[in-house]
Amino acid sequence: MYTPHTKTDIAQMLQAIGVDSLDALLPVPDAVKLREKLEVVPALPESEIVRRFEELARENAGASFVSFLGAGSYRHYAPPAITALAMRGEFLTAYTPYQAEVSQGYLQAIYEWQTYICLLTGMDIANASVYDGATALAEAAIMAINANGRQKLLVSRAIHPNYRAVLKTYCNGLDVQIDELPVAPDGTTDLSELSRRVASKEYACVAIQSPNFFGVIDTPDSAAKAALKESGTVLVGVVAEALSLGALQTPAQWGAEIVVGEAQSFGVPVAYGGPYVGFIASTTEHLRRIPGRLAGKTVDANGREGYVLTLQAREQHIRRERATSNICTNQAHCALIATIYLALVGKTGLRDIAAANLRRARELAAAVSAIDGCSLQFTAPYFNEIVVDVHQPAKHVLEKLEQRGILGGVDLGRYYPEYADCILMAATEMTTTADIDKLAKALRESVHAPARV
Amino acid sequence: MAQPEGLLYSKEHEWVKIDGDKATVGITDYAQDSLGDIVYVELPKVGKQVAQSAAVGVVESVKAVSDLFTPVGGEILEVNSALDNDPALVNREPFEGGWMFKVKLAGDSPTAGLLSAADYEKFTKEG
Repeated sequence: MYTPHTKTDIAQMLQAIGVDSLDALLPVPDAVKLREKLEVVPALPESEIVRRFEELARENAGASFVSFLGAGSYRHYAPPAITALAMRGEFLTAYTPYQAEVSQGYLQAIYEWQTYICLLTGMDIANASVYDGATALAEAAIMAINANGRQKLLVSRAIHPNYRAVLKTYCNGLDVQIDELPVAPDGTTDLSELSRRVASKEYACVAIQSPNFFGVIDTPDSAAKAALKESGTVLVGVVAEALSLGALQTPAQWGAEIVVGEAQSFGVPVAYGGPYVGFIASTTEHLRRIPGRLAGKTVDANGREGYVLTLQAREQHIRRERATSNICTNQAHCALIATIYLALVGKTGLRDIAAANLRRARELAAAVSAIDGCSLQFTAPYFNEIVVDVHQPAKHVLEKLEQRGILGGVDLGRYYPEYADCILMAATEMTTTADIDKLAKALRESVHAPARV
Repeated sequence: MAQPEGLLYSKEHEWVKIDGDKATVGITDYAQDSLGDIVYVELPKVGKQVAQSAAVGVVESVKAVSDLFTPVGGEILEVNSALDNDPALVNREPFEGGWMFKVKLAGDSPTAGLLSAADYEKFTKEG
């Protein structure tokens, strides 16, 4: 709960420290002060506010559209039991439950989340979650930098552009150089230069995403893995669509030492900007470098099972000046939702849902590539997203689809100028055959229409 | 607190045993007792050149994390790998099995500024 200070509170506090006014305590330069009056509507009664919000909500037409949007944020079915469990009062707190050990239920939930992430990624340890996949990638890069003391990163250009942007922001202050691996014609990361580059032993880590931003299954070959091992370069595996782990090889199997990603797919609703929930997992070798908190399981003096926050001494609230990460909290409630989701769908359920995503994407690819004027941009195997070349500026086609009630996907030209004629389309288990038919019909009409200039 | 004679001590609570041009370094009984149960020790890399008083590693106990300094300068010759699996050796045997690293001494007066057992005892009592 947010409890603002009253004028009396403030006056009492100022008096206690012997200062006349807030301005005297915290002088704000005149130049940055707002002079004009804020244009806000006057206070309204609660009933009118509710009505106003309902009106605004009705303007949000998203729900009535058929959607093929993905690009790091995915529509998946969330069983209603998640809400019933996750919204229990015991779990609904905005803050870390202190004293942590009193909150055994929450610690157990975090422990189970960590266990699921380890099972899914094939890693030895996982932390209690971080803000999102992008933050997780940046934190993993710092772990690698601290592990081998190198100041350069090699990052696939097929990693989610927003993730790379966050990584760049983190590296700004660290004097770390980021180099990119290009995208090969088939949509995977071009690894032809990898061996030569890592042989210099200048790179702390190489980061590769699979399925990558284009939906392509993108894992390093054995030559790349050998070169990384030889040069002591940490392979960071990025997973933006965690549901793919129900069907694909684990990042541990493809050689990653640190695995990061986004678990929004596990029951966390699609939202414009968040909240999301990032995960970080690694081999035990990096146990003391993994940022944030970790819940552990132990027994008390009477032999009873208990959960604790462990390895805290390496965390920034104890080791302030030496801390390697500024992450001091986690995404506990979203991680709880994902944990409940995974518990509900189970091992075979997750595999079935992943298989359904794969089937839908194949159906989508078949329908789209049958259209005159549309073709698949990449040839490598994909999970639930495809890149469709519409042979004219993608944004014009997307506008026409929108007029027909379809959110056709993401205009790739926003991130990759070389793919300005391409749309990134996602299919999930929520996509129906009727949706795909509707899209195919609309695309047929749209791509043949003369392009607006 | 034990303060064996024949060793030199630093104000950062390390002990040094000099043997010709080699020095063995650990943390003192006083240090391990103040830190409590030690759960992890991060040691320097063999071959690394270190300057006197530089931070070369980390000692982590259940309640704190402290830097490990080297009381002497030179090259790291060897580290005590037994501490990887059993960091509590530092608590049990701070001056024997719990040693941390060995240094090949370099410089004109590598032990400058270090204390005798008696002076170190006085220092910890005043501290």
